[in-house]
Parts: sequence; structure tokens; C-alpha cells
Amino acid sequence: MGKLYKFLKYSFITIWTVFVVAPFLWALTTSFKDFNSVNGGATYIPWVDFEPKLEGWKVLIKSPANGGVDIIEPYFNSLFVTCTASLISIVLGTLSAYALSRFTFKAGFVKNNDITFFFISQRIMPPIVLSIPFFLFLGAIDLLDSLIGLIVVYIVLLMPIAVWIMVDFFNKVPREIDETALIDGCNPYQAFFKVVLPNSIPGLIVAGMFCIIFGWIDFFFAFILTFTEVQLLPVKIVALNSSITPWWSLSASALVSVAPLIVVAFIVERYLSKGNLSGAIK
Amino acid sequence: MNLVADKLSYKPDEQFHLNEVSFNFKKGNLYTILGRTLSGKTTLLKTIAGLLTPDSGSIQFEDKDFLKIPVWERNVAMVYQQFINYPHLNVFENVAFPLKQRKVENQEIKDVVLKSLKSVGLEGYENRKIQELSGGQQQRVSLARSLVKNAKILLLDEPLVNLDYKLREQLREEFKSIFSQGLSEESIVIFSTTDPKEAMELNGEVIAIDEGKVLQVGPAKEIFENPKTLKVAEISNDPPMNILKANISSNKIKFEGIEIELPGHLSNLKDNNFNLGIRASDIELSEEGFEFEVELAEISGSETLLHLIRGDTKIITSIEEVMNFNIKDKIKINFNINKVYAFNESGTLASSPFGGSYV
Repeated sequence: MGKLYKFLKYSFITIWTVFVVAPFLWALTTSFKDFNSVNGGATYIPWVDFEPKLEGWKVLIKSPANGGVDIIEPYFNSLFVTCTASLISIVLGTLSAYALSRFTFKAGFVKNNDITFFFISQRIMPPIVLSIPFFLFLGAIDLLDSLIGLIVVYIVLLMPIAVWIMVDFFNKVPREIDETALIDGCNPYQAFFKVVLPNSIPGLIVAGMFCIIFGWIDFFFAFILTFTEVQLLPVKIVALNSSITPWWSLSASALVSVAPLIVVAFIVERYLSKGNLSGAIK
Repeated sequence: MNLVADKLSYKPDEQFHLNEVSFNFKKGNLYTILGRTLSGKTTLLKTIAGLLTPDSGSIQFEDKDFLKIPVWERNVAMVYQQFINYPHLNVFENVAFPLKQRKVENQEIKDVVLKSLKSVGLEGYENRKIQELSGGQQQRVSLARSLVKNAKILLLDEPLVNLDYKLREQLREEFKSIFSQGLSEESIVIFSTTDPKEAMELNGEVIAIDEGKVLQVGPAKEIFENPKTLKVAEISNDPPMNILKANISSNKIKFEGIEIELPGHLSNLKDNNFNLGIRASDIELSEEGFEFEVELAEISGSETLLHLIRGDTKIITSIEEVMNFNIKDKIKINFNINKVYAFNESGTLASSPFGGSYV
């Protein structure tokens, strides 16, 4: 039983890993090929099967006038929009989550849980439902096709994630810690910033990383709410046409677009399993 | 100048957590709040600390309306039943936290913290992380943190309950020595516990509380010797005092077909039905005694607790040695009749072996 189970388990994990990693490997090797290597049949090992070239990568940074595709500007647009929206979402979301976790709100039949659900429900709707209101709304305040407009929309999309993760996290931080801080002479703001927040860093990191992931991969709103002035990376990559842009450049652009997510995934993995609260209460 | 509460009530749901609690705590004294779980002890301490606002009533301290002062300005210290510390800080920083909050000078903080850690036996642990300490050590860190503040009111909410037996004994001794040397004329210590033995050992003024109501206030010895009501007798004894529904007539105690000569201290009672109270330790096995049936026998430490039944009367007796009994065994016991308490039918103390009476 034990041995067979172990065998099956590792076989499955191995096969799954191959499935997941193979496309990346393919993209990675292709990005270093040129016309001859791509058309010469399946080759995988650089210097043995084919001669690696940097042509595919160079195309990404050249301007269209020089035969390149120039993804640098969309790349930094995406980075700027995602990071700004994530940062604002985390700050607002953490404060809201703390309030929802610690204080009692009541407005008729609306209570804390209903407010929390209201935040999360923003993510339950299919995005297409929100597209028309967002378009009209941004149009009305003249923010269509602008970075600021995108940031505003992304805050709406990302803040629920931050609230959701942080409410759950704060609920696990014992109230007695806040109370002890109050007794030790902190006012409620000091109790939050000096005691609760420093103990919530793992939660903040996880929430921040999820915001970055969901902001970075969004194509739908970036596509609908921008036209010519501003372009985000996902839209740019989709716009690269394989009949004009060579395979090796497409592969290279795919890799640079997932690179930040791979970094984020490793950070999340480290903190997701790590609780830092043992020792607060026993 | 005292800590005076007047008719504090707190009723967040169907039940009273505090029901018209009044007290007058004097500086330089130790007060023990004795009550079962959920009797309102923690609520009372949190109200004094300012973490809860009562629905009605008032608290005065040093001629100021305490309820109008926010928690962080009250200068109280509190140790929780759970060991609460700041997990992101090390031992030194934890203890120094309240002083830093008050902007005390660094050198002074260092001196005070090290002295305080020494007094709780945690010298050399300054740089440890809280997570690396055992439960008892964690509780001592929170005790040290509450001591450095030199607060005028020190609240200890069942600080020993989550510790194992040996540590509890050890820390209780330390508490006693800290209280005896460190209790300044300026401070009030309020200690809550469910354990009557703890209350007796700390030997302060005891406040017996149940269902949010203060039942009796007095020195530990007085509560133990002359419990005002059946309820107090129940709370202040572990195992709880046995209650026998008996009839006293013509100088005899009669219950369940047993007749015993009335002892001297009960002789002034008029013939009537009474609730007689007798401690588990005042019942002993005896060949010449009355027959009871064993319902359950538990061995706890070096003691054996016997749950006995005769007719409708159930009693618990403790025997100072480990003995094995089978359920349904018939055994004979005798009552130390000179230690019997008499409560009238409504539960008020009518006569005690120590001469008390509230009728």
C-alpha cells in the first residue's frame, strides 16, 4: 500500500510537472532561435540542436520603425497600473478589513458580515457585467484611455481581494492582543499600527501578491477601456500578430510577461503556509 | 481615594454579565474575585480596565469618574488567562513596550525591565523570541510587562489556570512573594480565580460572585468558615460542599432514615427542615457508619473522590489515599457532625461550626 501509493503519487506529480513546464521550455528555447532553427524540425538543446540567437529578444525593444514591436512602454504601463492599484487596494482594504474584523457595524439589517460579503460580491459577477458601467463611468469623468482611469477600475477589482484576505487574517489575530495594547497605553490607532499590523505582515504580503497577480493578468478591462493613447502589456501581446511578428519574438514576449508572476508565486508560496502568530496566545 | 464601583450592570444578551455590582477597593490590598466560569469575573475586570462599558452604574477612582477615561489613559495593568504577548517583539521589547509608550528614557527602561524580568525569574531571556518560551515563561513575561508599569490597579484574570499543575504551584508561590514585597501602599491588586484553594492561599479579601452578582465580601477565612449562602458554600469549596436535605426535630437530625444526635453548635435551631452542608473532607469511612452505595469513584492525585448515594441524597467524599471501589459497592461512612453547617430552606446560613449566622 505505502510503496504503491508513493509510486503513484510521484508518477502523477512528475507527469503533471512535465505538462506544466513543457510549454515554458518550448517558449524559452524558441525565443532563442532564428528562422532556420524554428523551421528545421523539433530541437530543444541549445548549442547542440541549434545555435542560440538573441534576435527574438532584440525585436521586443526595437521601435516599430526599425522593425521591432517595442513592448517596453506597455510593460511599464502595466507595471505602473498594477503596482499603484495594488498598493492603494492594500492600504484601503487593510483598513476596511480591520474595521470589519474588530468593530460592530449595524445599519438596519446590514451587519459586518453583509458588508464583507458586499465587498466579495464584486468579484462574483462576471466581468462583462461591469464593462458597460465602467465604460460609461470613465467616459463621463473623461478618464477613458488613461492610466489613471485604469488604476481606478483596478482598485474596484482588487480591493475586494485585499478585504477578503485581510478580514480572514485579522479574525485570526486574537482580540486580546489589541486589548493588551490599549491597556499598555496605545490609543486604537497606535494599537493597530504598532501591534496588529506588524503581526499581519504575512497576510499583507499574500494579499498584495494576489492583487498584483489579478491586476497583471487582466486583459478584459485593459482591452475595453483603452484605445490608442495607453496600452497595457496583455493587450499588446495579443495584438502581436504571428504572421507579422516572428515566433521567436512571440515566445520572448510571453516569457517577459509571465516573469513577474513567477517571482510573485514564489513569494506567496513562502508566506502562505507561514503563520507568525504562535506565541501571541496559547 | 479608593476604587469604588456603584451598581455596575452589564447585560449584552439575555443574561446579566454584571448585576448591580458594587465594591469599595482600598489601596495596598489584594482582592480575590472567586466564582465559577462565566460568573462574570472577566467581565468585571474588563470593565475596571475600560475594555467594556457597563450599561449602568459608575466607577470612581481617586475622585475621578473612571468610566470617562479611555483605557489607554487609565494606567491599569492586566494579565490574561491566555498568555498574551506581542509575538513580533522579543522578551525585552515586550516588557519594555508600555514604558516606550510612555516615552520613558532608554536607560531607565533598561534598568526597570531587567529588574522586572529578574523578579519573575527570567534573567538572561531578554533576547529570546516569545515563541521559543514555554507556557509558564510566556505567562511570566506578561506578568513582568504588567509589573513594570507600576500601575495603580493590577488586574490578574485567572493567570494560573492554563498552566500545568507544577508550574501553577510554583507561580502561585511567586505571586504570593511578589504581592507581599512588591505590593505598594499605592496599588490595588485584583486577582480572579475559580479555585477556592487559590483564593484561600492568597489570603486577601474575597469577593464571591455568581451570575454577575456579588454574593459575599470578606476575608478569605471568613468566606470559608461562614459562607453566607448555599451558593457561596458551593463556590468556595472544591469539591463543592455536600448538601443534605434534613429535618431537625427533638434534638435529632433526620434524613434518609438516618438519625444523628444534634451537635452543640446547632442546638439553638428551631425544629424545621434545613439544608445541611458538610465538606467532602469531613466525611470518613467507618465501620460503625451509615450505609451508602458507590456511584462513582475517581482517583485524583493522591486522593480518591467517592460519589455516594442513599435514597435521593447524593454526596461526595474525599479520602486521603488511593483506594479502589467498584460501582454499586455498599460502604459505611460517618459524618464529622461537629463540622456541619445549617442553611435554612431558602439557602441562608443559619448556623456554622464557627459561630456565624445570617438569619
